[in-house]
Amino acid sequence: MSGLLIDDISMRFDLPNGEAVQALKNVSLDIKEGELMAVLGPSGCGKTTLLNIVAGFLAPTEGGISLGGGRVAGPGPERGMVFQQGALFEWMNVSENIGFGPAMKGTPKSETKKRVDELLGIVGLQDFGQKMIYELSGGMQQRVALARCLANDPDVILMDEPLGALDALTREKMQSLVLDIWKETGKTIILITHSVEEALLLGERLLVMAPRPGRIHKEYRLPFAELGVGADLREVKKHPEFNPTREEILSMIWDMEEEIMGRTESAA
Amino acid sequence: MIILIIYIAIFTGAYFAVRAVASQMAKAHDFTSLKTVTFGDESAVTADRSASIISVLAIFLIWGAFTGSSLVPIHAPGPFVGETTFTYTAEAPDGTRDDATVTFNVFPVGAEVAKAEVEPGDGFAKNDSETVGAWRSKLIRVDSNDEITKSDGAKIVAINGEPIEPGGTVEIDSGQVTLSAKGTPNYKPAPGWQMEPIWLPSPEAVVGRLSEIASEGYQNSTLLEHLGMSLFRVIAGFVAGALVGIPLGYAMGLSSWFRGWFDPIVEFMRPVPPLALIPLVIIWAGIGEEGKVILLFLAALWIMTIGARSGVSGVRISKIHAAYSLGASKWQILRHVIIPNSLPDIFTSARVAMGVCWGTVVAAELVAANQGAGMMIMVASKFQLTDIVIMGIILIGVIGYGIDILMRMAESWLIPWKGRG
Repeated sequence: MSGLLIDDISMRFDLPNGEAVQALKNVSLDIKEGELMAVLGPSGCGKTTLLNIVAGFLAPTEGGISLGGGRVAGPGPERGMVFQQGALFEWMNVSENIGFGPAMKGTPKSETKKRVDELLGIVGLQDFGQKMIYELSGGMQQRVALARCLANDPDVILMDEPLGALDALTREKMQSLVLDIWKETGKTIILITHSVEEALLLGERLLVMAPRPGRIHKEYRLPFAELGVGADLREVKKHPEFNPTREEILSMIWDMEEEIMGRTESAA
Repeated sequence: MIILIIYIAIFTGAYFAVRAVASQMAKAHDFTSLKTVTFGDESAVTADRSASIISVLAIFLIWGAFTGSSLVPIHAPGPFVGETTFTYTAEAPDGTRDDATVTFNVFPVGAEVAKAEVEPGDGFAKNDSETVGAWRSKLIRVDSNDEITKSDGAKIVAINGEPIEPGGTVEIDSGQVTLSAKGTPNYKPAPGWQMEPIWLPSPEAVVGRLSEIASEGYQNSTLLEHLGMSLFRVIAGFVAGALVGIPLGYAMGLSSWFRGWFDPIVEFMRPVPPLALIPLVIIWAGIGEEGKVILLFLAALWIMTIGARSGVSGVRISKIHAAYSLGASKWQILRHVIIPNSLPDIFTSARVAMGVCWGTVVAAELVAANQGAGMMIMVASKFQLTDIVIMGIILIGVIGYGIDILMRMAESWLIPWKGRG
């Protein structure tokens, strides 16, 4: 297997009222194997659409996706996905949730169990295998979602604001966990987030997207993810480059937001 | 009206009594008791169990008190029973007047008593005696043994000394005497405040009837057969409705074609009350078992269909997406995601459907049946057997409540994740 190639995709669809929306325009990306790419942008910039196209839930109107040289059409287990929340199966316990992918493939039960126990250890939920999903806190649920995705051993992990609904403290712990898993497993990860700080901490590559039409605005290569592996993330934030970069990106996004506001105001 | 006032009075009194007792007892120290804002806080309002107990007791107390039950210590005034007399004054055509006494023996309904032996007395008007049942009334032709009768021109002008005209009424201690248009006195003993058994039998009469019917049966079937028949129809109709409705609902939730195909039918049939279908079902399927099961099938079908459809449509798209990206096939997604996710909705509609079926079966049996709870109360009402009617209503209510409790227990056992997704 090799990298994920996003080849000049555009996404355009018609609304019921006759207008057309250009959600993405000519987006091209070459993501190497083992890269952790964070995607950032104001709302409406098409980042979730991009992720859904990579996952195979949406077909682009132009261009295509290829993974390891093979064309992608439709969802598949080689591209695992971690959702914001509510995507776990609450009629199953934690172990059954994590073992869902292997069970669907028909993996022998003993093998699945071994893998599930191993993953429970990795995400720090050793004693929670028999608990039901609704008995866990939000942070624990996201750990389960992460483990469930890893159980399938995907080539690419797609994360759609996986930590968006967590409180600040839990979020910080989860950010460390994501970094550790990334380093340990060497998976290619695409992470969508609203938080500039999270994007800086986690993104080895950081993509800032611009709206209307959704397109790549600027790309960064950042050192913080490497520094953060196995380290205290608060120490990473003290890095002399951290705050200036954050300010730069924030003002970039602010400008975009203001531009949108101005455009809607002048339209009105 | 008076009963309603008594009922409200019981609860107002009980409220303060319970409050007083509760404040004497050790104060509860849970979280709710420490809340200062309870008015408008929905979570602070729970059913007060003592009020529930008083509620049930009060109904039985009032029921017993107004039916002369031996189970309750206090009673509303009963009907007048025993011997009573009043005098009437007859006036002959020549203007002479004479008084005579009428002795009435008022007996409880069902008892047989003899007329009192009375002396005829002097004067042209002679003393009379008669019997009448409590709550009844009786015309008495007092002049029939008099020396000058009505046909001779005598007429009654006073009762107990009070003047009376034909059509007028005189209150006496034990009831009232009305003079009919033709001048014959009609005695009605005081009914008291209690209900006549034919309107409302006492609780022990209902219990007695229950044990009698439970051991001897009614209308050629035992009580268990009646109730079992009703339950059997409900379960047969409900199971048939669920077996067709759930797959239909799934098809409507998963395929645009099926949704379009059945939407007009379901949306049209849903608001039609099952009772409105009874005549048509009888015309088509007769009054036998098939007809009733078909009716209940139709009652359950639309509810189950809509429940299954909303269960399928209610699945979060992220769950489906997650399952696909974990490598599940369409069939696996149906089996492991869509079906378990729809169970809470299906259970909710199953509870509704069971309730509707139970109500419908009773109504269907009222129309035509050889056995069943509804048939039992219908036949009993034709014979004025109010105790059987009340017994039947109580049993129907208890069974309906029992079914719902069982369904709720099954729900919390089978789908503990309900409402926590």
